[in-house]
Amino acid sequence: MELEIKNGTVYDPLNKVNGDRMDILIKDGMIVKKLHGKHEVIDASGKLVMPGGVEIHSHFAGGKETAGRLLRPEDGARTVYPKRNGLRSGSGYSMPSSFTAGYLYAQMGYTMCNTPAMPPLFARHTHEELGDVPIVDKSAYPTFDGNWFVMRYLKEDDPDKLAACVAWFLRATKGLVIKLVNPGGTENWGWGKNAVGIDDPVIGFDVTPGEIIKGLAEVNERLKLPHSIHLHPNNLGKPGNIETTIETLDLGKSIKTDKGRQSIYLTHAQFHSFGGDSWKNFESKADELAKYINSCDHVVCDTGNVTLDETTTMTSDGPMEYFLHNLTHLKWVNKDVELETAPGITPFIYSRKNPVHSVQWAIGLELALLIDDPFKVLLATDHPNGGPFTRYPRIIAWLMSEPYRRYYLEERVHKGAQKGSSLATLDREYTFSDIATVTRAGQAKALGLSELKGHLGVGAHGDVAIYDINPSEIDPSNDFKAVEKGFAKTVYTIKDGEIVVRDGEIVAAPQGRTYWANPVVDHELDREMLKDVEQYFKKYYSVNLANYPVQKEYLERGREIQIDARDVK
Amino acid sequence: MEKHTDVICPFCGTLCDDIEVHVEKGRVMEALNACKLGNAKFMSMNKKHRHLVPMVREGDGFVETTIEDAVERVARMLLDAKRPLLYGWATTECEAQSVGIELAEEVGGVVDSCASVCHGPSVLAIQDVGFPSVTLGEVKNRADLDIYWGSNPMHAHPRHMSRYSRYPRGYFRERGQQDRTVIVIDVRRTDTAGIADKFLQVSPGDDYELVNAFRTLLNDGDIPDEVAGVAKKDIEGALELMKTCQFGMLFFGVGLTMSPGKHRNIDNAISLVIDLNKYTKFSLMPMRGHYNVTGFSEVLTWQSGFPFGVDYTRGYPQYNPGETTSVELLSRGEVDAVFVVGSDPAANFPKKAVEHLAKIPSAVIEPHETPTTYLCDLKIPSAIAGIEVAGTAYRMDNVPIRVRKIMDPPAGLYSDREILKMILEKVREIKNGA
Ligand code: SF4
Ligand SMILES: [Zn+2]
Repeated sequence: MELEIKNGTVYDPLNKVNGDRMDILIKDGMIVKKLHGKHEVIDASGKLVMPGGVEIHSHFAGGKETAGRLLRPEDGARTVYPKRNGLRSGSGYSMPSSFTAGYLYAQMGYTMCNTPAMPPLFARHTHEELGDVPIVDKSAYPTFDGNWFVMRYLKEDDPDKLAACVAWFLRATKGLVIKLVNPGGTENWGWGKNAVGIDDPVIGFDVTPGEIIKGLAEVNERLKLPHSIHLHPNNLGKPGNIETTIETLDLGKSIKTDKGRQSIYLTHAQFHSFGGDSWKNFESKADELAKYINSCDHVVCDTGNVTLDETTTMTSDGPMEYFLHNLTHLKWVNKDVELETAPGITPFIYSRKNPVHSVQWAIGLELALLIDDPFKVLLATDHPNGGPFTRYPRIIAWLMSEPYRRYYLEERVHKGAQKGSSLATLDREYTFSDIATVTRAGQAKALGLSELKGHLGVGAHGDVAIYDINPSEIDPSNDFKAVEKGFAKTVYTIKDGEIVVRDGEIVAAPQGRTYWANPVVDHELDREMLKDVEQYFKKYYSVNLANYPVQKEYLERGREIQIDARDVK
Repeated sequence: MEKHTDVICPFCGTLCDDIEVHVEKGRVMEALNACKLGNAKFMSMNKKHRHLVPMVREGDGFVETTIEDAVERVARMLLDAKRPLLYGWATTECEAQSVGIELAEEVGGVVDSCASVCHGPSVLAIQDVGFPSVTLGEVKNRADLDIYWGSNPMHAHPRHMSRYSRYPRGYFRERGQQDRTVIVIDVRRTDTAGIADKFLQVSPGDDYELVNAFRTLLNDGDIPDEVAGVAKKDIEGALELMKTCQFGMLFFGVGLTMSPGKHRNIDNAISLVIDLNKYTKFSLMPMRGHYNVTGFSEVLTWQSGFPFGVDYTRGYPQYNPGETTSVELLSRGEVDAVFVVGSDPAANFPKKAVEHLAKIPSAVIEPHETPTTYLCDLKIPSAIAGIEVAGTAYRMDNVPIRVRKIMDPPAGLYSDREILKMILEKVREIKNGA
């Protein structure tokens, strides 16, 4: 199967292609230099061509994601997707059902999506559900924030077994990334308590959040994982939490990596950039975080934009969700997971009329505009926590247009956003190349998957998004509505060389790959570590060890990333 | 002799995964670690009574037919109906449930589980107020107070207390039983009450009042000397235990969900637990009966957005309990064909619903003879999930476990999943031909 995309205006930052008119050639699902046989041609003249989008942090599938859907039939009834063209039906405004999520991402030009908080014990669920998310390639990040083995080896000061055990969990859960959510806080939540600072004690384990973060950041590099640790720090969503955030990021300074990428990935930075000491004097500290990130090279973040929608918050940060529930008194789900983590869920209604929410909206944009290098600040809403991923086109338009932002600041949101943030003073406007960076190239690079993903050079997957936007004619600053509309649905989305979206409609829904990491450590070490695992399982887990690892049946198109880490012994 | 370890018991929502089954020449010799109920399920494999071919009603009796004919009959029945009901799903694996949901969508029918006659009210209550819960291992490692309300695990979930609550040693409960207190609240002194530290006998139908009494006291109100048949001092005593424990757990059963008040009882019980979180860590969990009723709600929710009673007649999922749920649809005569998989509605639906079921075309996939197979027009025997077929099941705390295959089904028998796939293909074939 061969395909030629002719004459498009191409933005491919990883290959330094910046709006050049060129042809993209795909053969057997990969980008190639030359085509030989008869092939299909797509005329992309006057169209915007980018690599397929890469979602680095979106809660689109998994146990708490489904619990969130179950909790909110009103969200399901709000938006329904009828069955058409032989596809599956679905529902959900803030939290679309599984098939629908795959279709919607593909329609926006995304070809890879990663679900960022998988409790290991629920990995089987996540993979079962990922199997029902069509088209996009996928992965899941297992959570280690309250992992009893991790805390035990940290306390026993046994970094080798710690590394071996993390490798085992990645293998057992078919996970790609070490994810940390409110480290230590989720374990304390087992007693209704929390850990808000990096030196707070973890009850019963004699370690601190800081030790967990640092220990796992080191393990991450020893295991040579593609991505860095993926961190949701302590103290999310509290006034004044910028201090905790900066202290946390400092922990990554001394971590050495030879991967040429960050050592800490800070997710949904917006929720961690709060100043003030109450909701009354709440203000943005985006400038402080931006200054920090601009002056170092060990941190990459995503924005965690708030889009001012009614949504369903769902994180593995159980104590934070309880805190939110106490603010709003809306219904609340808690799902503590033995020996591992503590997800929670509660609906949240972001209101344009609310000063705090309006400042939050501003912070997400400030971060994107104040951090100089777009490879360091990627676009995400922490779907659905800051808002649904279907709002990405609007965020893109905000970033590309100062007048659009000004219109929101002056006419749409609470005046508090002008006082509580610096957004009104920022006139930077993103270019198409910046947009390509913060929606695909940067994600692929931060994930360590930029050989295959996020670019259009030879050897990359044949994943391409073609938008009905003519970069040589449009003025994004003033035509922001056209930008928003143009990014909402592609004219073509191509996945592995196959046309999956045509004129905004899904025309094929193949199964995507699921990536997972398998760092192989020294065999002896692995055996020693497994003895501990066996003993703990017998005593403390509620399932037998033999029934814990995710079986291969759950990954229809599994892609193992094997890593030689035998020097860990 | 083959020895199978770490086998999952496909019987109740406890989903024990430590069974050791000995099989010799296609016969189950022993099922170690299983309780009486689980053991009976494994041992029933040795009974001779299984049907191996589909049977179709003819006059007063049934005659044998082929699987191809049976598949075509079900496909045509579903396509001919204006609004077919696809019901059951609690005793089959998620992979089969998934095909069943796709089939319901394809024929524009209603798909529903037995939640509407057991824990449906719990789901409604969750959708009202939420659901603070934990996995069962959390209970084992942390709980110092377990309450069973309207639930008699000694009989319905015999290993629940030994695996998770009353007896096991846990990380923070090293002394096991001595570190834990158990309260039972029920309308009669059950066997479970017999081993509890405290028993509150609530007068039948008054559960709501008793929950209210707890909440009133907790929120600084006062109550009469006796509420719902329980003395004030006993209510106060139990409440004190709840407030002062380190980690409390409320397990509730159909005694609470199906007593008058139904989802309002659970609403109130959840609210009580949420209130208690101001004092200490407190959670709750429904004691789900069939081993994979939870799995069905998971699969249906991620695929459609809703957990049970999903109506696809308009081409998209609609959920309106009371309107799109089986008992009501049948009682009001609003469905015109019924396809049952892995369930026995004739045994536990109200009379009016069963009468309508008997009147309209019906088919059932079911390994055994049941009251429903007697009523229906077509019965297709299938392999037994969790013993002859591997697949996913979700424990009562939503933990997903892969049930194992430990023996082959008798020759000629297909799994639920395979039969459903054949029907789905046939439906598409007929639709495309037309
Ligand atoms: S308690 Fe339930 S799952 Fe466990 S052995 Fe008994 S019947 Fe089977
Ligand atoms: Zn997140």
